[in-house]
Amino acid sequence: MDLIVQGTIKAFELIVTFDPEVLGITWLSLKISGTATLISLFIGVSIGTIVALTNFFGKRFVISLINTGMGLPPVVVGLFVTMLIWRSGPFGFLEILYTPYAMIIAQAVIATPIVMGISLASIQNLPPNLRLQILSLGASRLQMVWILVKEAKLPLLAAVMAGFGGVISEVGASIMVGGNIKGYSRVLTTATVMETGKGNFDIAIALGIILLILAFIINALLTQIQQRQHLR
Amino acid sequence: MNSEPLMEAKNIILRRGGVTVLDIPELQVRQGRILALIGPNGAGKSTLLLMLAGLLKPRQGDIYFQGKPVETRADLFMLRRNVSVVFQEPLLLNSSVYENVALGLKFRNINSQEIKVRVQKALEYFGISQLEKRSARTLSGGEARRVSLARVFAIQPQIILLDEAFNSLDPPSRETIIDDLKNTLDKTKITAIMALHDREEILRLAQDISVMDSGKIVQSGTTSEIYNHPDSEFVANFVGTETILEGTIKSCIEGNVIISVYGKEIEAIGDCFIGQKVYCCLRPENVMISERMQGKISVRNIMEANVTKIIRQGFFNKLILDCGFPLVAYITVPSSEDLGIAPGMTVTASFKATSVHVIPIKK
Repeated sequence: MDLIVQGTIKAFELIVTFDPEVLGITWLSLKISGTATLISLFIGVSIGTIVALTNFFGKRFVISLINTGMGLPPVVVGLFVTMLIWRSGPFGFLEILYTPYAMIIAQAVIATPIVMGISLASIQNLPPNLRLQILSLGASRLQMVWILVKEAKLPLLAAVMAGFGGVISEVGASIMVGGNIKGYSRVLTTATVMETGKGNFDIAIALGIILLILAFIINALLTQIQQRQHLR
Repeated sequence: MNSEPLMEAKNIILRRGGVTVLDIPELQVRQGRILALIGPNGAGKSTLLLMLAGLLKPRQGDIYFQGKPVETRADLFMLRRNVSVVFQEPLLLNSSVYENVALGLKFRNINSQEIKVRVQKALEYFGISQLEKRSARTLSGGEARRVSLARVFAIQPQIILLDEAFNSLDPPSRETIIDDLKNTLDKTKITAIMALHDREEILRLAQDISVMDSGKIVQSGTTSEIYNHPDSEFVANFVGTETILEGTIKSCIEGNVIISVYGKEIEAIGDCFIGQKVYCCLRPENVMISERMQGKISVRNIMEANVTKIIRQGFFNKLILDCGFPLVAYITVPSSEDLGIAPGMTVTASFKATSVHVIPIKK
């Protein structure tokens, strides 16, 4: 009990004094997970929308694959990304293993199916005739897709939250492809794992609290936007 | 009628799962006319509208717009820019009424000044100028329906297609929306094709009718042609010809025919031959009911009839009569009360020979 109380006090100390190391780790976490979420949004929303709006042989199988992808274990993603960018791997020449770039790639792989699955479901949930109605008002195909994505923006915000939440809290893949190098590829989750291992519970608790606050702020912000849209 | 059709469908065939959903050898839509597509559920009305709107491709056949076939993707896009659909549900976007009505104009990159003018005019047509800034999500069913109509009229397309657009509205909203639509169509002279169910709405809105059954157009013509001269039992039934009797031509002299029906004689006008089997069709509003046989009357068919049933239908009573054959007549409720009509009572039913429509029975 003592340990927890002391740890919590220390944690607040670190936060309130803007400890440069903790600040650096937090900023890097935001940069990596934010970039990965943006990439996943771009790929996920595009492919999700295309799959939702087109009819092709094996569509149900593809949707099952995407839905399965929503629960990809980060360590499995870590393993595959590591193998691909390993020095002798097919993308070894890029020399990005144990860099933040590798972490962005791994996190984007984790977040993309989540965003894709939710976008697909949200576009499919729009009234079936809405697409025809928009085309019949004289929209080009591109204008029609844009209007549909705009109409589905509430669930799409949920996709952003789920994607970001999935990667900011993920540790397996980040350690495997990032290497947890101090000042370079150390993020909140990997640092928490390391500090816990070393018995530095105070720092670990501080990092954990920051992680929670961060996740809360981002989600609260997006929820605000979402609910305002909903009430309009 | 104008000579050149604005839109034509030729040899259209559409199959779904081995079943022919549409089989239309020819359909013509003329400039400025209002055509009603009528028929039972599943007759193919909505499917035909989607095809005319360029939203569904036929397996076979062609759509012609302004004399040119719709072949390429560019043709299809042009067709969609000129023909707009109003669906059964309002399908409004989650934005303001103004934004919804402006949508089609924005797709056409029209400048915002003109958009404003056209949106306001369209809102005025449907009496919803005061809703301009409201969110579409907060509208009542009737208001949303008005917005969806205004949205299409703002575009000023060549043809407007309405797919049972008044369904699920309460009767007063329905009445006023139909009035506004009729006025707007009169003002704008836009050609319209509507899938309709209600007979009164058909009479109020349409000039022409195409009757559909099982994916086929079974009869096309002006409203009065279809209502008064249906060419099959199916069409007669569908347009509310309540009395359809099988009979045999007994005599035919210079267009005046006498038909034997259940051993009774009915006089009609037609071109038949003796011994021919026919359907004798009579609309209920063309049957007159009186208390007793009148002395001098120009009407050719006068008979005693026994009232077997009275069904209240709004301001009318529908009388099911027995004159040796079943006959249906409408009478206003006050007249019915004046005459003291009750089941079991004997009245006089009369109808003109010209009111009887004769359809030869095809073997």
